[in-house]
Amino acid sequence: MIGYILRRFGAALLVLFAISVLVFLIFFATPGVDPAARIAGKNADPATLAQVRASFGFDRPLPVQYALMMKHLFISHDLTSFVNRGTLVIPQIIEAVPVTLSLVVGAAVIWMVLGVGMGTLAGAMRGTLVDPLVMLLGVFGVSLPVYWLGEVVNLITQKQLHDSVFSWVPPLGYVPMSEGIGQWALHLLFPWLTLALLYAGIYARLLRGELINALNEDYVRTARAKGLSERRILVKHALRCSLIPIVSLFGLDFGALVGGAALLTEVVFGLPGVGKLTYQALQNLDLPVIMGTVLYAAFFVVLANAVVDVLYARLDPRVRRA
Amino acid sequence: MPEPLLEVSDLRIRFGGFTAVDGLSFSVRPGEVLGVVGESGSGKSVSMLGVLGLIRTPGAEVSGQVVFRGRDLLALKNAEMRAVRGREIAMIFQDPMTALTPVYTIGWQIAEQIRAHEKVSRRAARERAIELLGEVGIPAPEQRVDAYPHEFSGGMRQRAVIAMALSCNPALLIADEPTTALDVTTQAQILDLMRRLRADHGSAVVMITHDMGVVSEIADEVLVMYGGRAVERGSRRQVFHAPRHPYTWGLLDSVPRVRGARARRLPTIPGTPGASGQGCPFADRCAHSFAACAEVPPLTGGSGHLDACWLPEEKRTR
Ligand SMILES: Nc1ncnc2c1ncn2[C@@H]1O[C@H](COP(=O)(O)OP(=O)(O)OP(=O)(O)O)[C@@H](O)[C@H]1O
Ligand SMILES: [Mg+2]
Repeated sequence: MIGYILRRFGAALLVLFAISVLVFLIFFATPGVDPAARIAGKNADPATLAQVRASFGFDRPLPVQYALMMKHLFISHDLTSFVNRGTLVIPQIIEAVPVTLSLVVGAAVIWMVLGVGMGTLAGAMRGTLVDPLVMLLGVFGVSLPVYWLGEVVNLITQKQLHDSVFSWVPPLGYVPMSEGIGQWALHLLFPWLTLALLYAGIYARLLRGELINALNEDYVRTARAKGLSERRILVKHALRCSLIPIVSLFGLDFGALVGGAALLTEVVFGLPGVGKLTYQALQNLDLPVIMGTVLYAAFFVVLANAVVDVLYARLDPRVRRA
Repeated sequence: MPEPLLEVSDLRIRFGGFTAVDGLSFSVRPGEVLGVVGESGSGKSVSMLGVLGLIRTPGAEVSGQVVFRGRDLLALKNAEMRAVRGREIAMIFQDPMTALTPVYTIGWQIAEQIRAHEKVSRRAARERAIELLGEVGIPAPEQRVDAYPHEFSGGMRQRAVIAMALSCNPALLIADEPTTALDVTTQAQILDLMRRLRADHGSAVVMITHDMGVVSEIADEVLVMYGGRAVERGSRRQVFHAPRHPYTWGLLDSVPRVRGARARRLPTIPGTPGASGQGCPFADRCAHSFAACAEVPPLTGGSGHLDACWLPEEKRTR
């Protein structure tokens, strides 16, 4: 198992290296792009340009350029934004990370609890009215676009009913945990619910299908013939096997969301997270920031993948040897 | 004659409009081996699943009486039935490859069954699992107890399943074609094992198979099924030496003979199985069918040898 984990993370490092090379090549070694001009900032004077060119080694061979770029990114942290001159890229990302993490972790807890609960309920109560009702609820969650749902939630909680039912809802924005867990959670409550609703629907549907398949498996019949209780059969045998694909999907979704895919939720609720940062950078074609966020996103997606694989091996003994 | 351990009478199982088991009756005495034969689709598995209350298909109807040690199993509450399953009646299923939960070790699964019925510690249950695995012929059981199902071969899995079934010393073991999925050598070993275990534990066994050879080796009593009904019932001697039903004749003729004159070609029973609505279910495929076969023949006969056929006595020779 330890060997497997080491191998898996070794592979992840390799993938990260490959991604960084690829991103570097696409952003700064594409013919027709003057990388120095992209890094020096808007309306930079020739002196600055020359200085950037020397410092990033744009007159030297590509491998050296790559190494210098990584040094500026990860060691000296002095890559600056193209649009807002003087704003350092890396600290900006580091500041945005806790916002995104807070949003995604909270939402993930909610959607896993809801999704697994609903899926198990529907799968176990198949043939009764509970199943279609729960699934209808799930479809409802899946079919509401996040930006629309977010706007509606804002309209109701911030405007229409803000003076009555929802007077306790704080204004949009993010409050760090250091200012009190309560305020932090209160500010994130509706973003959490909005983001979680979509995923809860998807996960419930998926788990229900897996569970129904599992309940028809021979091993469940064996478990019944052993004289186990229905509850134990459901949880220990059927659900345990059904959770394997759910966990791997969860890892991928979680990685992607932390990597910036929660963009819409962040924009709608005014949360200054990584998604929002990427969104702004894209609008301004702020190449250094885009590169920073892309690498950051890649890091989380690859890390999540590796964690999922390790978890998968823990959950499913059949892949441990592979 | 001792009281029967299990007495099934008029068991009927319907899936929607399809009758899979149609008025089946049989009994098993303590320590006896009942061989249930019949070709694929004759309702062998379904009837045994019905006995254990394991039919879960929505809309399935099970009726009749299944009396085990004086109690009607079909009338038991869920919790009472759970206490019977696995402890008093254990079942081994047809396909050992898929019968075990893939994510738990063999030992864990055996211990789970023991602990479902007896108040013993985890450690004691594990010790018992190791003992049982050794008993069914798994080499190095102290190590193999921690193996996962996918690390076992088909034959070893079947042994593990048998060990699990025996873990609570059941009075009745229902084995649904325990050797079909295995190669011939392993088959012989498993049969040997079952014979030995029966001698050691004294359990009665219902052995489902479509292999007459297996029945002739292990069974005391034989039940021949066709189209969801019993067509012949009797001791092994009676059924093998003086078979009375044309279907049984067909079954016996399709067994290759080891000794004696060898048939030039293995005869097959013509047609396909399946109840033909009304009348004797076998009539369509029977070489001897005549006018009386338009009605369902009852299972009758004397001295423990019963059959369901209208043929007059003088025509009962193959
Ligand atoms: N859950 C079910 N729903 C509908 N029909 C079923 C179900 N289970 C079994 N049957 C039908 O009942 C009949 C008897 O099936 P059964 O599995 O008992 O056959 P079998 O004698 O065990 O055959 P085999 O030797 O192939 O195992 C078959 O026609 C089968 O299609
Ligand atoms: Mg069968």
